[in-house]
Amino acid sequence: MSALPLLQVRDLCVHFPVRSGLLGRSVDTIRAVDGISFDIPRGTTVGLVGESGSGKTTTGRAILKLVPATSGSITFEGRDITTATPSAMRPLRRRMQIIFQDPFNSLNPRLPIFNIIGEALEIHFPELAKKDRRHRVAELLSKVGLKPEHMDRYPHEFSGGQRQRIGIARALAVQPEFIVCDEPVSALDVSVQAQIVNLLQDLQEEFGLTYLFIAHDLAVVEHISDHVLVMHSGTIVEAGTPEKIYGQPEHEYTRNLLASVPTLA
Amino acid sequence: MNTTPPPLLDVRNLRISFRDGDRTTTAVDGISFRLQHGETLAIVGESGSGKSVTALSLTRLLPEPPANIESGQIFFNGTDLLALPPEKIRAYRGKKVAYIFQEPGSSLNPVFRIRTQIAEALRLHRPEVLDEEAECGRLLDLVGIRQPRTRLNDYPHQLSGGMQQRVMIAMALACQPSLLVADEPTTALDVTIQKQVMDLLKDLKKNLGMSFILITHNFGIVSGFADQIAVMYRGRIVEQGAAPQVLASPQHPYTRALMDCIPKLGRRQKRLTTIDHDNLTNTELAHP
Amino acid sequence: MHPATTAHTASLWSRFWSHGSARVFFPVLLLLYLSALLAPFLAPYGEADQLLSKAYHPPALPVWKNGQLQVPRLVLTNKATREFRLDTQNPWAPVSLFAKGSPYQWLGFIPCDRHLFTTSPTERLYLLGADSYGRCVFSRLLYGSQVSLSIGLIGIAITTVLGMLLGGIAGYFGGWTDSLLMRVTEVLMSIPGLYLILALRAVFSKDLDSANIYLVMIVILSFIGWSGTARVIRGMALSLRERDFISASRALGQNPLIIITRHIWPNVFSYVIVSATLSVPGYILGEASLSFLGLGIQDPQSSWGLMLAQAQSIRVLVSFWWMLLPGLLISLSVMSFNFVGDALRDAVDPKLRLAR
Ligand SMILES: Nc1ncnc2c1ncn2[C@@H]1O[C@H](COP(=O)(O)OP(=O)(O)O)[C@@H](O)[C@H]1O
Ligand SMILES: Nc1ncnc2c1ncn2[C@@H]1O[C@H](COP(=O)(O)OP(=O)(O)O)[C@@H](O)[C@H]1O
Ligand SMILES: [Mg+2]
Ligand SMILES: [Mg+2]
Repeated sequence: MSALPLLQVRDLCVHFPVRSGLLGRSVDTIRAVDGISFDIPRGTTVGLVGESGSGKTTTGRAILKLVPATSGSITFEGRDITTATPSAMRPLRRRMQIIFQDPFNSLNPRLPIFNIIGEALEIHFPELAKKDRRHRVAELLSKVGLKPEHMDRYPHEFSGGQRQRIGIARALAVQPEFIVCDEPVSALDVSVQAQIVNLLQDLQEEFGLTYLFIAHDLAVVEHISDHVLVMHSGTIVEAGTPEKIYGQPEHEYTRNLLASVPTLA
Repeated sequence: MNTTPPPLLDVRNLRISFRDGDRTTTAVDGISFRLQHGETLAIVGESGSGKSVTALSLTRLLPEPPANIESGQIFFNGTDLLALPPEKIRAYRGKKVAYIFQEPGSSLNPVFRIRTQIAEALRLHRPEVLDEEAECGRLLDLVGIRQPRTRLNDYPHQLSGGMQQRVMIAMALACQPSLLVADEPTTALDVTIQKQVMDLLKDLKKNLGMSFILITHNFGIVSGFADQIAVMYRGRIVEQGAAPQVLASPQHPYTRALMDCIPKLGRRQKRLTTIDHDNLTNTELAHP
Repeated sequence: MHPATTAHTASLWSRFWSHGSARVFFPVLLLLYLSALLAPFLAPYGEADQLLSKAYHPPALPVWKNGQLQVPRLVLTNKATREFRLDTQNPWAPVSLFAKGSPYQWLGFIPCDRHLFTTSPTERLYLLGADSYGRCVFSRLLYGSQVSLSIGLIGIAITTVLGMLLGGIAGYFGGWTDSLLMRVTEVLMSIPGLYLILALRAVFSKDLDSANIYLVMIVILSFIGWSGTARVIRGMALSLRERDFISASRALGQNPLIIITRHIWPNVFSYVIVSATLSVPGYILGEASLSFLGLGIQDPQSSWGLMLAQAQSIRVLVSFWWMLLPGLLISLSVMSFNFVGDALRDAVDPKLRLAR
């Protein structure tokens, strides 16, 4: 008997209309995601790899309903959320979170770190007094390897890697079960990339988190994932365990990705 | 008896600081390196280590102030560039030393066609070229853009990131420089595109016999391209040498750490190796 | 406040203050608004205090004489040309400082009757001359500045909030909300300002009392003004909406209105301040135009536009130059706002300077 996966995606399509002309008529559609299906079992990491424009971000955002799905279904814990209203989604938002690629765009430059992380607590733990909220934010900052006194600073005072840690703390604030990690290490130095990947793995172990881990570098995905999806032009061209993807790649595109991984030799 | 010609580039004891109010930070702390004609040097280091500052200082592109070149000499073909007056330096920019940067999107002017931008570089540095159209087409062809004549009519936003970076390389080549400085040319790109751009640079190196300085934080893209490697850490060069040697047997612990943190395909580690900066600073850097 | 923000604000101020025009015109604006605030106290007489026998009395300066401030007393010699000469029998009238004079309500509710300087009710000190009813132009300019200058501030406050809200909503939600709001702004912006003002004024009854007219003018000017702000805020919201920190807030289930106020507004704020400063002159001129055309503030209340309307004849232009002073003040305040706005723009975003 197999347990129900935390997340099931079936035949998901996300199409964007291309508008042009005076009246903004839709003249064409971009098939950003074009019929993909996969499962994410609880407590595992599914890696999603592909070159830019292949539809990885759109997939992640559609799962969180940040972009509307055109067709197909997304099921969270057996419950179809494809057509859930914003108010029906609200309790679920506590359980699924997202970490973004660009550390310079993902934090509001006008807010101190306490407000950035505290916003999550304000929405989902309104019973917390401000003092308790500060306490929680301090805990979260230590959890991601920053200092509690950092909470009164502004994003511009932090390096790319530190900002990425702040983004992770914000996602953790609501105690989610599932996190979409949308290329969280692509904008970072290799040395900082290693730190963030390790941090994500430690947090997964501690809180039993489930990840959809998006990247364009197959080496990173192979390292962190239990199951790998290779995406190309809106479709999944190959799926399997990291060992299989690395050992017996079937699709031409996967072989191409493997050959692109930077190596020392 | 033969006298060896001077190296293309000979940087000696270069020290650069930045002034911010009454605080001065040293970004480049007395570095020296040489580059022979036709050779390629890779400068590898984490962000903030002073790589870009070094690169920009070669033709004095740093804004002074806040930057201040405290000491050092930069000999280019035997001429000390730091001793030249500003109007003489300008003749070196683009013509002798060309640059490509990390963000191709922000290096291209969004309101001009590709043709206009390459032609501008041509007019500035090679006024003898009569058939601009043909030369622009040849350059795009050289950097591996298919249907170059049609692509000349495109605006930057119509090109993908990888294509934009190829256009940047074409613009740099337009002036036929003796040295091309590529400052993190692939950091903003996917690994697949990164490989294509690095393959292109390797071809150009083989076919044009130019000198390159490749700046990167990733040891993974250095092999097969660089002849020499200099590893930078906090404004200093902690290790330099011939590329095969440095790659095969790195001497400095920082170099080793920087190589170890790259995830390796097919070799599943429990955790990735990270750099323990505190340890490095205290022990290794104090007594190198 | 955090040190970084304080430092940011401090450098903003120093960049602003290093601007030559800011150093000249910012104090001018402060002075204008301060005197508007203290107008009834600084004015020797009430704005309606008339003395018909002294109509078009020329400006006269007080002098220190016999241990007291005194002002020369003039008498009318020619009714037709309004010529005055010194009253030889009784040439001096005393001026008293901090004395009781005509009563007023400071800020509209604090009863008071002290003036910085005044004379007995039968005498007059006309610092800047008298108008056709023998009212003190200096006093009327002060009272008038309360109307003319406050309309700009109140108007801009209303339109800025309205523009930020509607622009934020249009940009954040997009879709039909956006289309609808933008079509409305296009209609508003396509009609030339003055005609629109006049058309809107026609909607309201012509004979309202001054308090109501004041409100009507604010409503009209704000109704026209919000569209420009809204369009720019909408553009900025449209691009901010794509930024990941907005997505992060949406992923938390944040209320859209809070996303607009907390995440979008602070990021457009510096633009809004600059644009607001540069738009105040429009309101000052709008009020002046309406009052000049007799559709705004009505006698005996005063405003700069209305005072200028009373200086329309050739005879006034030739003989009674002091009646043109309200025009000078209108120009001065409009100019000051423009220069201060420019300095502010350069301080907030040095890059905008190039784009001009
Ligand atoms: N909001 C949008 N409107 C129109 N097209 C979009 C939008 N978002 C993404 N796309 C298009 O969808 C495709 C997939 O994009 P994306 O999911 O961001 O790819 P990836 O994350 O793999 O780089 C691209 O061609 C992109 O241009
Ligand atoms: N314009 C500048 N003003 C002040 N400091 C600067 C400036 N540019 C660079 N620096 C300093 O110089 C150091 C080296 O920067 P850089 O050469 O850009 O690093 P890299 O290219 O190796 O990432 C940084 O620590 C930074 O603080
Ligand atoms: Mg993406
Ligand atoms: Mg750099």
